Amino acid sequence: MSASAASAPSEDARLRYVLRLADTSLILGQRLAEWVGHAPALEEDLGLANIALDLIGQARLLLSYAAELEGRGRTEDELAFLRDAPQFLNLTLVEQPNGDFGRTLVRQLLVSAFQLELYEALKTCADARLAEIAAKALKETRYHVRYSASWVVRLGDGTAQSHARVQDALDELWPFTGELFAEDDVDAAMVAAGIAPRAAAVQARWSARIDAVLTEATLSRPADSVFPWHGKGGVHTEHLGYMLAEMQFLQRAYPGAEW
Amino acid sequence: MTSPDWPLFEVFIRSRSGLEHKHVGSLHAVDARMALEHARDVYTRRLEGVSIWVARSSDIAASDPLDADAFFEPARDKVYRHPTFYAIPEEVKNL
Amino acid sequence: MTHSELPYANSCVRLGHYDPELAVYTQGLDSLGKDCLQTPSADTAALTARFDAKVERDEKIEPKEWMPDAYRRTLVRQISQHAHSEIVGMLPEGNWITRAPTLRRKAVLIAKVQDEGGHGMYLYSAAETLGVSRDELVAQLLAGTAKYSSIFNYPTLTWADIGAIGWLVDGAAIMNQIPICRCSYGPYARAMVRICREESFHQRQGFEIMMTLARGTPAQRAMAQDALNRWWWPSVMMFGPSDAESQHTAQSMRWKIKRFTNDELRQHFIDVTAPQADFLKLTVPDPELRWDEATQHYRCGEIDWSEFHRVVKGHGPCNRERLQARRSAHEQGRWVREAASAYAEKTRARARRLEESA
Repeated sequence: MSASAASAPSEDARLRYVLRLADTSLILGQRLAEWVGHAPALEEDLGLANIALDLIGQARLLLSYAAELEGRGRTEDELAFLRDAPQFLNLTLVEQPNGDFGRTLVRQLLVSAFQLELYEALKTCADARLAEIAAKALKETRYHVRYSASWVVRLGDGTAQSHARVQDALDELWPFTGELFAEDDVDAAMVAAGIAPRAAAVQARWSARIDAVLTEATLSRPADSVFPWHGKGGVHTEHLGYMLAEMQFLQRAYPGAEW
Repeated sequence: MTSPDWPLFEVFIRSRSGLEHKHVGSLHAVDARMALEHARDVYTRRLEGVSIWVARSSDIAASDPLDADAFFEPARDKVYRHPTFYAIPEEVKNL
Repeated sequence: MTHSELPYANSCVRLGHYDPELAVYTQGLDSLGKDCLQTPSADTAALTARFDAKVERDEKIEPKEWMPDAYRRTLVRQISQHAHSEIVGMLPEGNWITRAPTLRRKAVLIAKVQDEGGHGMYLYSAAETLGVSRDELVAQLLAGTAKYSSIFNYPTLTWADIGAIGWLVDGAAIMNQIPICRCSYGPYARAMVRICREESFHQRQGFEIMMTLARGTPAQRAMAQDALNRWWWPSVMMFGPSDAESQHTAQSMRWKIKRFTNDELRQHFIDVTAPQADFLKLTVPDPELRWDEATQHYRCGEIDWSEFHRVVKGHGPCNRERLQARRSAHEQGRWVREAASAYAEKTRARARRLEESA
């Protein structure tokens, strides 16, 4: 696609943008993987594991690209296992603890519906490499949206107990969605370069999709609120540090070893 | 057990375009939509399929082994239904 | 799948030709045909003779056919134990998913543990063709009245344990499972064909982990040796009690549910695994292990059967944790399963009302 009207973003902005996508997939994949072996039904163990595998696959492609952009000879694993929390640029929403199955699926729906719009736009963007990764991730994400929306509807419109549980989860997680659509300098540079879509456009489509699911699930959409976190800028909740301590432990305990 | 059982579904998968659907196994689900999602997650993890059918196991009628003689044996002596029953000289082509 | 595609097919365990086109198990299609219900005793002898002849001819027994009660009970016991083992087996390895040292290893481990869940499902499905429900079988597991493979009552203490489990535990499991692909009961045999096909990567990934560690830093080598020390004997015990002590072997062999005895399989496992340990330059923790030219087999030391029985009886290091993890997943998932059922019932009711009003 022609980017003649667009200005090339600084390499730093591009790197940070790619890391945001990569870390969001990685941290969400790591969270989902905690479920394997503990899901409410055997079939759901397999379903959640499939989504975790898709997300970790996306993270690997994106981290490899980020490592190339960075140009310091680091690998996907060095980026995943040797950065500290402030260098992680994932959305704060994805590092939130799994909670119960309902909460995990609400979080999944909110994120997957966002990734769906993002990848849809990125698959034709001015960055060929990103476009290629987005095209692959888009197919996976369509299924993640279907799977999570199915469950949110079942639980929302299931029993009184399940309805209350997912409404609570939605209320608790909703404040974190503000970050999804808050454009900062990195986003602005990528929009200007013809790579990232406008947040407002993504938000409109995301909102319509989420509203449709919530209506079918008989859940009410919480009011938007001010959000104090900025995960994509490296400012996280306390949860991320614990996740990384667990995830990175072997690489930290045995520096330089091959696995 | 107080939790209600999820009913059993049978899963049929078309492994690639042009082939028929084949029975591959079963799973538990509350409805057809969930059964399709489960079938996708359980039975197509290794590119095993391009299309899935699911059916409630209780909706499938099956022949009984006790009827097997009556059902299937009568076909045994109808050898004239098979092309090899007919002797045609080898020099005759395209038959 | 032809036998040559299965691991070890060319060594002691031979599979008959198996046609995957026939790999259909019609398990929900009336698990009990009318001929299995209340057979007049006068006919039992004739039915038994017909059944025995069929097994003798290597024909498969299918769900709706008449079968001796004891055959059915043996199968339900064996298949459900096998299914439980897959499900409990997800836990020790699942332990390390969040701590896997690279993203590639993490993905492989998730896929492997996920496969185990799938295998549990295939096996529960096969058991369900015999007239028990998965819920009943799971209830037995959670109540502590069903057995599962004792190997999963050992802890995974280091990353090397993930390698050792893949290499040794999956290696032993595959050796046990390949002959079952020819088992006389159709649904079990077909489930096993699928499982063996999928599991062929499990052992290889485990050996690859061991290889990487064995060639790594001194600390990694020590980790690998420690894992071999802890997993060797439990793996050897996975084949079950010795033939002299095994309660079920003789009848199961007659019924062609089992094709080789515990000791035959164990010997084969040791014969193929010992050279692999040599390749890794790791030491098998059995000072008496040595190659015997005369018999063309490895000789090994006495197995500590008292430990085996202790763990089987529930006194292994992790029996309580494993069952507790399964129970809590089941209990904490109850509201989810109930909600899904309630939702499905609601949507069916809505559809009925729509039809009536139309």
